[in-house]
Amino acid sequence: MPEFLQFAFSGLTVGAIYALVALGFTLIYNASGVINFAQGEFVMLGGMVTVFAHAAGLPLPLAALTALVSAVVIGLVLYRFAIEPARGASAVSLIIITIGASILLRGATSIVFDKNFHTLPPYAGSAPWIVGGAALLPQSLIVLGGAAAIVVALWYFLTRTLTGKAVLATAANRLAARLVGINTNAVVGLSFAVSAAIGALGGILMTPITFTSYDSGTLLALKGFAAAMLGGMGNPIGAVVGGLVVGLLEAFSAGYISSSYKDAVAFLVILGVLFLMPHGLFGRGGVERV
Amino acid sequence: MTTYMRRSLPRLMAAAAFIVAASAAHADIKIGAVLSVTGPASFLGDPEKKTLEMYVADINAKGGVNGQKINLIIYDDAGNPNQARTFGTRLIEQDGVDALLAGSTTATSMAIIPLAEEAKIPFINFAGAVQAVFPAKPYIFKTPHTDLMACEKIFEDLKKRGLTKIAMISGKDAFGASMQQQCMTVNAKYGIDVLHQETYGPGDTDMTPQLTNIKGTAGIQAVVNPGFGQGPAIVTRNYKQLDIKVPLYQSHGVGSKQFIDLAGAAADGVRLPAAALLVADKLPASDPQKKVVVDYKTTYEKNTGQPVSTFGGHAYDGLMILVDAMKRAKSADKAKVRDAIEATKNFMGTGGVVNMSATDHLGLDLTAFRMLEIKNGDWTLAN
Repeated sequence: MPEFLQFAFSGLTVGAIYALVALGFTLIYNASGVINFAQGEFVMLGGMVTVFAHAAGLPLPLAALTALVSAVVIGLVLYRFAIEPARGASAVSLIIITIGASILLRGATSIVFDKNFHTLPPYAGSAPWIVGGAALLPQSLIVLGGAAAIVVALWYFLTRTLTGKAVLATAANRLAARLVGINTNAVVGLSFAVSAAIGALGGILMTPITFTSYDSGTLLALKGFAAAMLGGMGNPIGAVVGGLVVGLLEAFSAGYISSSYKDAVAFLVILGVLFLMPHGLFGRGGVERV
Repeated sequence: MTTYMRRSLPRLMAAAAFIVAASAAHADIKIGAVLSVTGPASFLGDPEKKTLEMYVADINAKGGVNGQKINLIIYDDAGNPNQARTFGTRLIEQDGVDALLAGSTTATSMAIIPLAEEAKIPFINFAGAVQAVFPAKPYIFKTPHTDLMACEKIFEDLKKRGLTKIAMISGKDAFGASMQQQCMTVNAKYGIDVLHQETYGPGDTDMTPQLTNIKGTAGIQAVVNPGFGQGPAIVTRNYKQLDIKVPLYQSHGVGSKQFIDLAGAAADGVRLPAAALLVADKLPASDPQKKVVVDYKTTYEKNTGQPVSTFGGHAYDGLMILVDAMKRAKSADKAKVRDAIEATKNFMGTGGVVNMSATDHLGLDLTAFRMLEIKNGDWTLAN
């Protein structure tokens, strides 16, 4: 039983990070139909900017705020100068643009900062609590709690505020949204900003546990994308569930089956699910109208 | 075709004559280097390049080797073996170098080895893996310690402490996988039983599931973690979180200050085999290696403003072994220099004492590694 709990803690912590990346994918996908492969770079930026701002003498909360703001600005710049000018292009071209942006961000970070690994001091001490014989880090709880808070805030924003409803309307039908007077360009820009903020927050929360470096975003984007696909691309609840499931699958297969094949096991399960449910766990099939 | 050849032949001959005349005019010793100065292996190539440039300038200022100046030609392969091969060919065929100091990684070294062997050019490489010099090829030498030696050093220390039942958790990257394999070839020799094995991926951020299984294996007396990069730091932290009491051994792959910074307080008590360079200041004055490592460390840190790494030290050793061999051979003649390198005895480098032979083109023994223990965020010599 302690083993089971330990694997679950590990899986949930890692899964919460994947869930945040998957949420970022989902928001931008809903608003614009673009799969933003630079999403992992926002997570990386959140961590790297916080580390360097903190090292430059800013207190931690201020350093985190700096990171958040820079990620949002970079997200908006990405939208304004790379995505918006290519508005008429096909989804594939837009995806290629985001891949280019991700390579650019990684390269720029390695030059502006450096290529080393960095970490931050844990926000609430590094002594683990023992729960049912398993060790649980306070920082893991912060990651889980932070992820939950972000999900709730996002839910509130999308369903209880007018701007949020405009985002949902744009996601449902862009043309109709424009016809009722929603500035859909602004909405897409907003979705980039919010996605960047979610990514950066994820990076700020996870860096004390996972470390960060200029190229740490790539793998996260891959795992987050798999989580978003598993949950059903475009469904925020699916993104969260998908992220947690991928994290738990990795931890349990590393613990119970073999650490050498843990990624393979996780991806096999994802493939199996998508084979039976092509739209993911929570996805709805698109209806083609002729 | 024949007309073309007939017409171009005089031109070719003229060009050849020009090259011969040009090289005779300034009889510099040409040393070619292909290093991974940029790219993912830049942490190896960058200090190597700086070291070579620094010491070649120094040697030339003091009058060169056998009265000849050294002309150092450096190319950057960015960690790509294909590029390494291209630049290796260029150094041999166009630049006409007398010797090669090249190959920051095992992959790039292996790409150049056949070229040097075919052209019969003395080649000292900086590859980590054993296969770069074993079995010995006539013209190929290397300076860095091997992962096999690191395993043996760890096992020697374990045996001394009476810890014979261990678990291993290794990275799945080339370094971790190779060292894990090497360890499994010598564990029986030291009477070490490997009861449990786990692995982790290069980008993994949490190793608690693997370590939980190790913790749950009965009878484990120590854990060995072959790997480099951020992985071993995460392992070290998770190890502490799970409160595993038995000693943890890391490899020489974590021999940089960065590891201690990342792992923080959890690094306390971790042991690892490493070159003397890391503890240059802490060596007793009676240590025969003290002078060379302190000199190199001071020179490197003064000239570059960066902390010294063992990787630059490998380049220093390579250059000094080569220069020493040229002096003994009293020429830069390739075959004579090769013989002289192979005859290197009691050479004191940053990596240890080098004693080459016809079958051993590395020349280091286990004394080259020091067993270190991390205490209060700093390296100390374990006794």
